[in-house]
Amino acid sequence: MGFKKFLVKRAITMFGVLMATLLLTIVLVGSNMDSISKQSAAQEIRQQVTSNKNLLSSFKTTEQLDSYINNQVKMRITALGLDQPWYSPQRIGLSMYKILTLDFGHAKFLTSDSGSSDVKDIILEKLPRTILLFTTATVLVSVLGIFLGAVAASKVNSTIDKITSGFAIISSSFPVWWIGVLMIFVFAFLYPIFPARATPDVSISDPGYLGSLLYHMALPLITLVIIGFGSWAYLVRNFLVGVLQEDFITAKRAAGIDEKRILYSHALKNAAPPIVTILALSLSGSLGGAIITEAVFDWPGMGRLYFEAISVLDLPVIIGATYVLTAFFLASVFVADVLYGYFDPRVRRQ
Amino acid sequence: MSFSPKAVWKEFSHSKIGMTGVAILGVLFFMSIVAFVAIPLDSFKTWNDPASWLLYPKSAQPAWINYFQSEKIPEHLILSPVVSTQQLGSVNVIDDSFAVNYQYDGFPSDFIYQYTAKYAGSPLLQISVTRPDGIVLPLVSTSLPFAENDVTYSSMVISTQNVIQKNILDKKSHYAFSLDGIPSEKIIFSRLDENAILKGQYVFHVHLYDVSAKPVLEQSRLVLGGQVYGMMGTDELRRDLSIGLLWGTPLALFIGITVSIGSVVIGLIYGVYAGYKGRATDEVMMRFNDVIYAMPALPLLIILAVTIGNSIFLIVGFLVIFGWVGIAKVSRSMAMQIKTLQYVEAAQLMGQKNSKIIFKHILPQLLPYAFASIAISVPGAITTEAGLSFLGLGDPTFPTWGQILHDASSYSAAARGMWWWILPPGIMIAITGLAFVFMGHAMDGIVNPKLRQR
Repeated sequence: MGFKKFLVKRAITMFGVLMATLLLTIVLVGSNMDSISKQSAAQEIRQQVTSNKNLLSSFKTTEQLDSYINNQVKMRITALGLDQPWYSPQRIGLSMYKILTLDFGHAKFLTSDSGSSDVKDIILEKLPRTILLFTTATVLVSVLGIFLGAVAASKVNSTIDKITSGFAIISSSFPVWWIGVLMIFVFAFLYPIFPARATPDVSISDPGYLGSLLYHMALPLITLVIIGFGSWAYLVRNFLVGVLQEDFITAKRAAGIDEKRILYSHALKNAAPPIVTILALSLSGSLGGAIITEAVFDWPGMGRLYFEAISVLDLPVIIGATYVLTAFFLASVFVADVLYGYFDPRVRRQ
Repeated sequence: MSFSPKAVWKEFSHSKIGMTGVAILGVLFFMSIVAFVAIPLDSFKTWNDPASWLLYPKSAQPAWINYFQSEKIPEHLILSPVVSTQQLGSVNVIDDSFAVNYQYDGFPSDFIYQYTAKYAGSPLLQISVTRPDGIVLPLVSTSLPFAENDVTYSSMVISTQNVIQKNILDKKSHYAFSLDGIPSEKIIFSRLDENAILKGQYVFHVHLYDVSAKPVLEQSRLVLGGQVYGMMGTDELRRDLSIGLLWGTPLALFIGITVSIGSVVIGLIYGVYAGYKGRATDEVMMRFNDVIYAMPALPLLIILAVTIGNSIFLIVGFLVIFGWVGIAKVSRSMAMQIKTLQYVEAAQLMGQKNSKIIFKHILPQLLPYAFASIAISVPGAITTEAGLSFLGLGDPTFPTWGQILHDASSYSAAARGMWWWILPPGIMIAITGLAFVFMGHAMDGIVNPKLRQR
């Protein structure tokens, strides 16, 4: 099987996952969603009629007005296809098509900072912040982890190796959000160095916004790095230890090549494929974890949006955010797959 | 790749890290048993019922912090009486005495006497306190409401009642300072020359006199209010955190172990079946596996908890849905290897049924791997459940550790420096996770010899 065929197969699987997730979400929240769309259709009609002075004055009694509005609402509901039950194939197909074309509709309660209730606007506003926080954290974590892992691998069973492995195991059993609560407790209240709430306190138009955003990002970033780099170092160390036992390394050693050079240029190059894959995967993993982390730190990104939407049951936002989160998650899984297949031809032949 | 259980155990018992895990797990199981035996099931059910925690202090630190402090913070004491009865002529007397050796560097914040009496007629209730210097202060003398027949009467005497203030003022000649505007507990526990704490043995006497019949004090408790309480302190809702933490142990073990066993069993059978069957069956089953594998678990778990329900059993089920996929992948590739072994082919040639080959010849080979996977997947299940509970989506009727942390964060415990509310639940989650990680680590080293160091 060629690489192209492998790519196509993976892409089809990913698209299938996206559709399955979407379908599952719609099925789970469908019945609630149904009543919401009917209500919002009725509300829209009422608003249109009441704002149209000419039309309003043509009615003599309120009964006439009401019956006119009810008729209009019924027509609108039929036009939108809402007269059929939410689980009918057309309805589900229509909602999936709408979501695929990024038409998420309007939020019920939540608005963006600029006041728009369009779900797309809200998500577009929150998404960059989540990407900023979690990409920065992943980059820092991986750089630190690769360096520490290389050091540990070059001195197997040394003190630094044992400390790294021990730290990796211990740090991975603490929930990130609990460490987050502790960090807030220690560095925001005991020693007020950082702000407790990660939401910047100046408006977006302010020139100091970026600085404020970065300052508020410090505490969640530090927490993510502290929790993350241990297991990274441990993984990198294990890969490198495996590579360092291979024959070609022994040959290089026999040729008298500097040990540092063997480690950083020859061994690390060979351990690169799994490392790159894990980089992509950990990025997607952190996106899922963002919900709790952002809720703890009050970081105004996708995760907190999701949490807020869940707590007030703002279904259009929930569906939109699930879609976007899933799409990003799948994109990074796909990239990881492709990278792995590119670096390691055995995977493709499976 | 054959393992006898004996050989595996022998190697496992030599692993220091593995045995540490077993030891921690033993302690956790012991705590669960203590929770089941020592704490009545009622207090577990009443965790969310504010009425059952009335006698407890609000946001009290753990009592042991006094060991690290020169100034001893008054401890919140819930005292039980020493009961004796007497017959003085025709009068029946019940004497409940509460002795307390008061060695704290502060006044109690208040005191409450709570009682339930069963009597007929109109008995007389008298409360007095004997101070370390021998002075006796009468506090209350009141008759209980008259009743023709046997009644059960519950009430309480609170230190802020005027009658106590008045009775103490009768003894103001003892004190060298003015008692105006000083609350009664600060007078009772005060030195005579100045208004400072007098340490020593205080005895509160409760007498119940009745002429007509023998009264009974069914419940009799004296509460001295303080700012520290118990092993783990209390939270904003006056709940004793040690009970919540203790009850969290069996719950966390239940969630972790059920989810991991469920996931491993399903994943194992699914993967082995797909790997053994091969061809189209394998292709279809593995595509389905890929779909679940690539779904973002946490957002979907949240939606499931919100829309379908958040009972603890449902959440266990949801966690299994996302837990089995990785195990299915690995056991499939292992089954594909085993299937090519000669004894399996021999069994096929002999015409044994597929199900028999899978259950008799392939699955037993995967058991060590299965145990390692069970151990390794427990911490993930516990932290995910804790995370859901922390977001407020857990089962509200059970005091899990995540639930306690959720309450802590909704009463902004971090901002108020209530470390005893935040630290212990997280540490318990981590310790439980560590126990299984240690065990899984040791098992992994046995199952995958490649991972071992040269």
